[in-house]
This record gives sequence, structure tokens and C-alpha cells, in this order.
Amino acid sequence: MAFLELKNVSKGYGSGAQRAEVLRDINLSIAEGEFVAIIGYSGAGKTTLMSLIAGLQRPDEGSVTLRGEAVKEPSPDRAIVFQNYSLLPWLSVHDNIALAVDEVFSSWPADERRAHVEKYIAMVNLTPVRDKKPGELSGGMRQRVSVARALAMDPKILLLDEPLSALDALTRAVLQDEIARIWSESKKNRRPHHQQRG
Amino acid sequence: MPLISVLIFIGAWSWVAANVKVSFGAVPGPTAVWVEAKNLWANHAAERLNESEFYKRQAERKKEFLAQNSGGEWKQRNYAGSPTYIDQIFTSLKTVFTGFIIAALVAVPLGILCGLSKVFNTAINPFIQIFKPVSPLAWLPIVMIMVSALYNPKEPMFEKSFITSAFTVALCSLWPALINTSLGVATIDNDYLNVARVLKLGWWKKVTRIVIPSALPLIFTGLRLSLGVGWMVLIAAEMLAQNPGLGKFVWDMFQNGSSQTLAQIMVAVFTIRFIGFFLDRIMMVLQRAVSFDAATIR
Repeated sequence: MAFLELKNVSKGYGSGAQRAEVLRDINLSIAEGEFVAIIGYSGAGKTTLMSLIAGLQRPDEGSVTLRGEAVKEPSPDRAIVFQNYSLLPWLSVHDNIALAVDEVFSSWPADERRAHVEKYIAMVNLTPVRDKKPGELSGGMRQRVSVARALAMDPKILLLDEPLSALDALTRAVLQDEIARIWSESKKNRRPHHQQRG
Repeated sequence: MPLISVLIFIGAWSWVAANVKVSFGAVPGPTAVWVEAKNLWANHAAERLNESEFYKRQAERKKEFLAQNSGGEWKQRNYAGSPTYIDQIFTSLKTVFTGFIIAALVAVPLGILCGLSKVFNTAINPFIQIFKPVSPLAWLPIVMIMVSALYNPKEPMFEKSFITSAFTVALCSLWPALINTSLGVATIDNDYLNVARVLKLGWWKKVTRIVIPSALPLIFTGLRLSLGVGWMVLIAAEMLAQNPGLGKFVWDMFQNGSSQTLAQIMVAVFTIRFIGFFLDRIMMVLQRAVSFDAATIR
């Protein structure tokens, strides 16, 4: 049985004549540890597909299952790096990641959680700016914070929704390599990776 | 440029002062008002001196009295002088802040609930629409009657006029804070709420960690407007409720009708204006401090 499985998934917005079908009859199965990129024109429904897997939205028809269990709501198991990073602008780099770590690993002792946060800040090379607010960082740095926050949750799946689309070509190339490096570095082995070329 | 406009203003004022006669003499020009401001300050200083001398004399008499008949009962008396202009300013500030804090304590939580829940908002909205445009002077008699009926302790901690004024201020300054808070909460970026959903934050954590911080700039915009409204309402409320603050001062001077009356009222108008301006500045500084996009606030 596949690790993540989408069966006959359909999703549309609006109703009646206004209704726009975004996804129709999508079937996809991903094995554990696989690295998958989904490519399509803008408006093709990539973000919608991500939201369905993340559980932020429910499919109109069909089912999304993870290890045979239906995905009903979002969970830290399926960490998502949003298109626009969705960092909380009133929290520093450290606090943004700590918010996630404190919530997901609430059973851990405090110093262990702190060490965990520092480890991921170091992994994306942001230790010098750990106390800066997202507004003071460049796009690429914000991107890395967002990736670090997602990885720190220790997810079963890491969903990256066009994480590089807002960046210039140079930064994009660098970050692409960096994501691959982080992916192999952290021993996580399951990672559908979605990014748009171009 | 501001300097030039101020000079033009003072010039125009002097011209009006020199050419307009009212029933009890001339309209005071800038100099007369400045003299009156100094008089009010001198009165305050003199009154304070009297007061401290009164207490000094009383302390001496108490010592004598206790030396002559030990164990006798000494009755302490308070100084009975009338409040000075400076005292009245502080009374006004105390009243406006009391009203403002009551308003904030009601408006912010209510606004958050309105912003979070469509159902709650729909339930509350008619009340906001109906009560918001009510003039402060219409609230005042109602508040006055309610306070008289409900607040009758044997040894009152506050004057009734103080409570009446403070509550009128609260009722009128409630709305900007309430509306802005609910707007701030209702327009939270969906991304932030998605973060809360992915992390499975509980309701309380979602509100305290995500909702309030992101709505804080608008909450403070609302509070700033509220304080401005409260300060304007306060003067009218004090005139009618006879709370011994700036409003009462203006009203007393108006009733008094001596030759300095107009100058004194003008001093009060300037004071009210400057305090209003400084309150607004203070709120702006606070607003900047809590905002993550500080550059946008003016």
C-alpha cells in the first residue's frame, strides 16, 4: 500500500454556473521517501492539491489517505511551506520556529526544545539573524526560516508550495541546492517536493 | 511653515480681539490670555502654599494639644480650599483615563469575539449601529440617574459626578475601539490562521499567540481614536455633571461673567487642546511600539 494516496480526488470552487472545477479525478500514490515535483501552469491547481494533502481543504469527491488513514484536518505531520512563507511578522526568527516546536513537542523538557530550535536555525545558516523579525530579512532568508520551521516539526511529509517562485534566478538556484542539502542532511526520508520551473 | 501659520493665527486673533465687543467688555487678545494663564498658575502656587501652611499649623496644634492632655481625642481636619486650575486639569485626566480604561476593558474582548465569530458579530452589530451615533449629552442624564439609583455607599470612595462623567466617557469612547478591534480580528491574514491550523493550536492559544498580535495595530488605532473621543466628550460631560475638572471650570467661568472670564475660558480651551494633542501623541507612540509595520503609522 502506498504511503500517501489520492483516489479520484475532485475539487472545485463556487457553485452552479459560477463553479470552476480545479481538480478532476486526480489519482496519485507516493511511496515513503520519495521526492516528487509537481509541475504545471499557474492556475493549474497545484496550490489546491497542496492544500488538500495538507488537510487545509477537503476534497469534494474522492479521498486523501496517509498510511491508509483519511486526511481530515491539518496536522504537524504534514508540514507545509506556503507560497508566501506565512511567517508571523511580530515574532523573531527564533520565536517563529519556537512557536511550532513548543506546540508540536510540548511533552519535551524546555531545554531540549530550545536546543532543537537552535539546531534548525543553524541548519539553515540563520544563527546570526535569529533575533531579527521577518520584515528585516531578505526573501531568501525568510524562505529558509519557513523551511526550518517546517523541518523542525519533524514531519512525515514536507510540502513545499512554490517556495522559490518569489525569488530571483540566482537566489533560486542557491536555495534549490540548499533545500536538497537540508533534505539529505536531516535524516527525513519522505518528502514530496513541489516546485515550479521557469 | 508652521511658524508662519501660527503667526498669522495670532495676528488674526489680535485683530478680532481689538474689534469685537461683547456684553462684558472686549474680547481678550493673546496677551490678555497669556496674563490670565500666568494668574491661574500663580493662584495654584499660592493655594498650595496656603495648604502646606495649614497642615503645618495643624501639626503644631496637634503636638500642643497632645502635650497638654495626653490621651485626648484629636480631630484631623482637611484643608477646605477650592480646587485650583491645575487640580482641575488632573481631575479631568483622572476621569478621562478611568472612562477610557473601562471602555477598553469592555471593547477589546468584545471586539475580538465579534471578529472571530460571524454569529456573534451579527448578534452584536445592531446594538453597535444603534448606540454608536448617540450624542454624549443624551447618555449623560441616563447615566446620572442610574448612578444616583445604584451608587449610594455610606462612605463614597468617589464623587457621583466623577462616576457619571467617567461612565459617559466610557460609553462614548467604546465604539471606535470595538469596531476597529473586530475589524482587525476579522481581517487577519488567512496564512496566519493556517499556521494555527497546521500546528493545531487550541482556541486560547490561537487567540493569544496569533489573533491578538496580528490585530494589535488596529486595536491600538481604535484605542487612540477612543481616547480622542473620550477627551472631547469629557469636557461636555463635566460641564453638565459638575465634575470638578476642566469642563466645570469653563462652565463656572461662563456663569461667572467677570471681565477676565473670556480670557480664562480661552486658557482652558488651549489647555484642552494641548492635552488632547499630547494624549494622541502618547497613544501614537504606544501604537508604534506594538506594531510590526511601524512605518505606516502617522
